[in-house]
Amino acid sequence: MSLWFLLALMTAVAVFAVLWPLGRRTARGGGGRESLVYTDQLAEIDREVASGLISPADGGAARVEIGRRLLAAADAEAGSTAAVRLGWRRAVALVALIGLPLAAGGLYLRLGSPAMPDVPLASRKAASVASASIDQLIGQVQAHLEKNPTDGRGWSVLAPVLVRVGRFDDAAQAYRNAIQYAGDDAARRAGLGEALTGAANGVVTADAKAEFERAVKRDAGEAKANYFLGVAAEQDGRPRDAAAIWRAMLAKAPADAPWRPVVTAALARVDSGKTPVAKSQASPGKGPALADDTIASAKDMSEADRGSMIRGMVARLAARLKQNGDDVDGWLRLVRAYMVLNEPDKSRAARDDARRALGQDEAGLRQLNEGLKALGIDG
Amino acid sequence: MIAEAGHYALVLALGLALIQSVVPMIGARTHDVALMNVARSTALAQLLFVGLSFLALVTLHVTSDFSVTNVYENSHSLKPLIYKITGVWGNHEGSMLLWVSILALFGGLVAVFGGNLPLTLRANALAVQAWVSSAFYLFILLTSNPFLRIANPPLEGRDLNPVLQDPGLAVHPPLLYLGYVGFSISFSFAVAALIEGRIDAAWARWVRPWTLMAWIFLTLGIAMGSYWAYYELGWGGWWFWDPVENASLMPWLAGTALLHSAVVMEKRNALKVWTMLLAILTFSLSLLGTFLVRSGVLTSVHAFATDPTRGVFILLILCLFIGGSLALYAWRASSLKQGGLFAPISREGALVLNNLLLTTACATVFVGTLYPLALEVLTGERISVGAPFFNLTFAPLFVPLLLALPFGPMLAWKRGDMVAAAQRLYAAGIAALVTMAVLWAWTRGGAAFAPLAIGLAVFVIAGSLSDLAERCMLFRVPLSVALRRARGLPRATWGTVFAHAGVGIALIGIVCESTWNTELITTLKPGDVAKVAGYEMKLDDIAQRQGPNFREMVVHFTVSEGGRVIGAMAPSKRNFTTRAASTTEAALMSRGASQLYASLGEPSANGGIAVRIYHKPMVLLIWFGPLLMAFGGFLSLTDRRLRVGAPKPAKASRALQPAE
Repeated sequence: MSLWFLLALMTAVAVFAVLWPLGRRTARGGGGRESLVYTDQLAEIDREVASGLISPADGGAARVEIGRRLLAAADAEAGSTAAVRLGWRRAVALVALIGLPLAAGGLYLRLGSPAMPDVPLASRKAASVASASIDQLIGQVQAHLEKNPTDGRGWSVLAPVLVRVGRFDDAAQAYRNAIQYAGDDAARRAGLGEALTGAANGVVTADAKAEFERAVKRDAGEAKANYFLGVAAEQDGRPRDAAAIWRAMLAKAPADAPWRPVVTAALARVDSGKTPVAKSQASPGKGPALADDTIASAKDMSEADRGSMIRGMVARLAARLKQNGDDVDGWLRLVRAYMVLNEPDKSRAARDDARRALGQDEAGLRQLNEGLKALGIDG
Repeated sequence: MIAEAGHYALVLALGLALIQSVVPMIGARTHDVALMNVARSTALAQLLFVGLSFLALVTLHVTSDFSVTNVYENSHSLKPLIYKITGVWGNHEGSMLLWVSILALFGGLVAVFGGNLPLTLRANALAVQAWVSSAFYLFILLTSNPFLRIANPPLEGRDLNPVLQDPGLAVHPPLLYLGYVGFSISFSFAVAALIEGRIDAAWARWVRPWTLMAWIFLTLGIAMGSYWAYYELGWGGWWFWDPVENASLMPWLAGTALLHSAVVMEKRNALKVWTMLLAILTFSLSLLGTFLVRSGVLTSVHAFATDPTRGVFILLILCLFIGGSLALYAWRASSLKQGGLFAPISREGALVLNNLLLTTACATVFVGTLYPLALEVLTGERISVGAPFFNLTFAPLFVPLLLALPFGPMLAWKRGDMVAAAQRLYAAGIAALVTMAVLWAWTRGGAAFAPLAIGLAVFVIAGSLSDLAERCMLFRVPLSVALRRARGLPRATWGTVFAHAGVGIALIGIVCESTWNTELITTLKPGDVAKVAGYEMKLDDIAQRQGPNFREMVVHFTVSEGGRVIGAMAPSKRNFTTRAASTTEAALMSRGASQLYASLGEPSANGGIAVRIYHKPMVLLIWFGPLLMAFGGFLSLTDRRLRVGAPKPAKASRALQPAE
């Protein structure tokens, strides 16, 4: 049963609930009358007197009182009659038939997310047993470390796992503990930098950069640190320096180094993006960052590397567009990037920003709308 | 699909409530039966949809669907099933959904059981009920929507506040809400009567049973909450005059007054306008309670809502309903027909005194609760009004109330005889004096007030029993006849006896606990023995244990009395990793109505642990009393008779006994 069918069924039940009494023939719609209460009370007094709960004298006094009220109530009731107001009934029926579904549907579409399926734990466990068990493992290790906080080896094991599952703040703390209890080395410093970068949504902050530099000082060949120093240079707007760092890495690296594709892709990115604006207008399909192949090549990276890389790129693109807003292709890439990152809200926001930035440029707007349509976001 | 269907059901309920709040009123104005009957079917449909919505949220919590923000923020996949379910109302959004579900439930009950009500009254009352529901549906949908989704569902939820992971929480909020919201019925009926401009006998008949039902639930809810605080918070106290507790006490006091004045109205057709005001005030205080707890005005365990938009929204609802209904009352009440007359010394008079004392007590709690808030708003100064204020103001009001309590049921309707009533209370008075004297002798040099207070409690209990004895003529007729008479007494009479005796019993518990409570705070190591009130507690070991979603430190004690082992106690301290919070689980051992209470503090460096041990004499009576009151209310509720109070004729002979 689809969701829409269910919602329609519910609406039908609600509408029916309003229409039902309107259609029914009710001569004198039941209902109690005040005089009935008093006659019941009189009967009750008789029963109580009969069972000896009150004395006949008290009963008599009560009967007089109630009788007086009964007379007054009966007089008042004689005047009231039931009426049929067809005009009102039709209006109410119309409100129920049209107003109710429209109002309910309208409010629901504003608040709800009908496109989202349920994600109960059971279905998710089946889909990703690995990640669920990682979660449990993390819990166990954390519990162990709570009891033995000076176990440096434990912290060293835990930290990269935390980076993988995206708990960057915890990961940074774990790396700091590892460095304190298990010793300072290049890999741990680079890991700490990576965690800090992840916590800042892929931006290599000054703290993170300091860690990478420390790592390189200890071991000039530390791959992760070198890669991120390149990213830092790129983010600082020095793509040439970035390219130089990465080329040097590739030159020294063995042919089967696991991080080779990542660095190659990064290099391709900065090489092709020397003059991003001009070039992207010339050949929109092969724009700088964020082309599908870049993202695809990033698939081989660890989750955190990839996430931070993509986020860093997206952030830069967004920043550039904020300064120079008449790059239609840039906007389309940004919208698509947010869709790929599964952030529909941001993608919608980017769409709106694009419209605002393009403003008067009618040709640009048309191009934007067509592009959005092609992306499946209707104008 | 479940989440979205639940969301839509709530929206539909809002739509139905809006129709229900207008159409029946038009029907009542134009005398169109069909339009008035719309109230009935929409109230039932509303109940259906809110019920579906609530069920949907429960299902989402049970299946740990973390794509729903509310589930993510308040649940955890490893939480035991029972707490997954109770977690639904252990948070702001879910508890508001429970609130409206109960409101819809009461609306549905009126629709189903309101067949004997005059049509216009039923239509108007259901319309008023729908105003309240509409306001709260809007509140939920716009500011505290439990069905909002997260695009990228996290792997694990943030868990429920550990303090709330307790069986007490499973029942406390639903009971309390049944009480709070139950008063909405008498409110709706009062406003409906004001709109119509007349109070008829059917109105009077309806208000008492529905008020009674709400009152029973509220009594149980408050008692449950107090017991929960007693064993879960680990301080050994059972009432803290915390604003949240006061928020539930105020409607209870007003509701108790309403209950008694409703009796006068039902039986004697008097006090109608006053009862109406009480009905409005009681529900207003319920709304105020909801506001205080839900808006985040107060910072305590209960105030999990700290979003200012919510506070403003509830404040608007509050102003609209309280201000609106009181304005309507001021405008229309004078045109309502006043009821019967009565002499000052009469059953009615006694009930008026009860009402005055209860509402004054309620007002003192109101001032004590809201004054600090007002002061903070006006001057920025933070003060706390605590137990001393309430003890000084509350107690002097309750003493005359309790002194007068046994006299009420002894007086005749319309005109009573004080001397005769006092004569019938001789036995109770003597019992009270003897108790006082014995206690005085036994606890020489101790607290002077305790024997007096317990004497008062005994007076209340014995007074209720002597009322019973009077009615079945115990000692004046042969025992078998008296027993037969007792069986023949209306259940409402038995209900009165139980409820009034419950007050006395609770008082005994309160006085004993607060006067003769023994407390020992110490640090113990394994093998150490603590001595409290004649009991020896030996600390056997300190152990660690893993629970489903927490780790706990359990301390085992062996308890012995005079060298004889009488049992074991195992208080613990639980650590919940997900929320990085810990709770204390006190261990309780009941000895009759008294209890030994042990709860853990922090471990010390030398391998010992801080322990608080209390001996609380008669403490269980504090909650047994309210249970008895609720049971009395229940008995009275099952009494389906019409209530008619036969007046005392002006010149009746003295031999005749007034009765129900």
